[in-house]
Amino acid sequence: MVNLADYKEMIIGSRVIEPGNSEKFRTGDWRSQVPVIDKSICISCLSCWIDCPDNCIVVDEDGLVDVKTTHCKGCGICSQVCPKDAITMKEDIA
Amino acid sequence: MSSKVGTDIAINGDGAVALAWKQINPDVVAAYPITPQTIIVEDFSKYVANGEVDTEFIDVESEHSALTLCSTSSSAGARTFTATASQGLAYMWEMLPITAAMRVPVMMAVANRTVSGPININNDHGDVMSARDTGWLSIFAENVQEAYDMSIIGPRIAEHHEVQLPILVNLDGFILTHAIERMTPLDTQHVRDFVGEFKPLYPLLDTDHPVTHNLMDGPLFYFPHKYQMVVAMNKALDVAREVFAEFAKISGREYHMVEEYRCDDADYIAIVLGSSFGTMKQAVDNLRDEGMKVGVAMPRVYRPWPADEIAALCKGKKAVIVMDRHLSIGAYGPMFPEVCASIAVNGKMPEMYNFIYGLGGADTMVSDFMSVYKTVEAGKANTINYLGVKE
Repeated sequence: MVNLADYKEMIIGSRVIEPGNSEKFRTGDWRSQVPVIDKSICISCLSCWIDCPDNCIVVDEDGLVDVKTTHCKGCGICSQVCPKDAITMKEDIA
Repeated sequence: MSSKVGTDIAINGDGAVALAWKQINPDVVAAYPITPQTIIVEDFSKYVANGEVDTEFIDVESEHSALTLCSTSSSAGARTFTATASQGLAYMWEMLPITAAMRVPVMMAVANRTVSGPININNDHGDVMSARDTGWLSIFAENVQEAYDMSIIGPRIAEHHEVQLPILVNLDGFILTHAIERMTPLDTQHVRDFVGEFKPLYPLLDTDHPVTHNLMDGPLFYFPHKYQMVVAMNKALDVAREVFAEFAKISGREYHMVEEYRCDDADYIAIVLGSSFGTMKQAVDNLRDEGMKVGVAMPRVYRPWPADEIAALCKGKKAVIVMDRHLSIGAYGPMFPEVCASIAVNGKMPEMYNFIYGLGGADTMVSDFMSVYKTVEAGKANTINYLGVKE
């Protein structure tokens, strides 16, 4: 059976009464590929962090990068800009 | 009772609608002229110019703009009315389902007129039937008095917090819009008390509670949002019954989901919409004098469709005749399948006949309606018949 939203919990008229809730809109659901970072090659140049259009690259206290996939659309820009070829796009089977 | 009712006046249907609007004093009216609706916005513009209402009266450059304005002004939190007909309603069509889906209770008077082509400005139900599936409530008037009464009842049904759907108030073009009839208006204060203050849900101008209207729906939400409209329409059946009862108390005029005339003991009943109901009542009286057991009924509210009332009405009848003043070319009249379905899911089918009549203003007299019953009784009717067309 198709799993649709529960009409009883929805505001009528496709209104949004909670400002800023687009943060909850998981645009990452559209993705077919996901970036995978090989941390043994990564030099923390942060090119991927600068160029990611969806703020999906996170940087920890030590300056190491990781991918947050909730809004990642799998565009692959990060893998294109990486000077060390540390990021590869893999099929997202999740 | 007498204090609630004003002195009788002579007025045409468009004037009666404008008078009801004046007494309600809406916040916003969007106006674009189209025959035979023009008199409504003309008369109302005089009320505005004379300071008799404090409505924001907005002349727009097209019907599409008129309805866009209405849906947005209603979203902002204003009680908003407009009027149209025929090509005007067709020009609004793109905004019809959007306005309904926005769940804003705009009220629109429709001076029913055929849709070209060939070019024709006379009355039939081609315009409103094309708007049938867009999610608007739809209510019909038989005469000038009812055009006035339905304009007062309309907002009460539409604005109910569990309904929140826009409403089409239908009056037959020229037959009602331009014909002067005797009418008993209500006292203005009683109209205001009855209609009450507009209490919008989630208005845009409530800046303490910011809200975004008319967003995109992905597949997960679109269908459930449509289902919410189904729930609202079902609720509107109950709301309409309640509002009719309340209106009877202030006016002495009783309305029902399905108006019946001499149907109780009838073998043959016809179902018809709008001003033809009055003409058919005369045809029924004439045939009763001749000894034929006939009756006629009119669905007062066409959307939501009063399926249970229609089924109960048709139960045990020898034949049911559905009079459609519109034609879905290549199928039936639009009301015929709905009546058939209402009966079929509830019980045993009588003989069913569909008569298409009066398209493009073709005159339909008492004698024509008498011939309908006689053709059926004589067993000479087809399933679908085109009244007066030489086949």
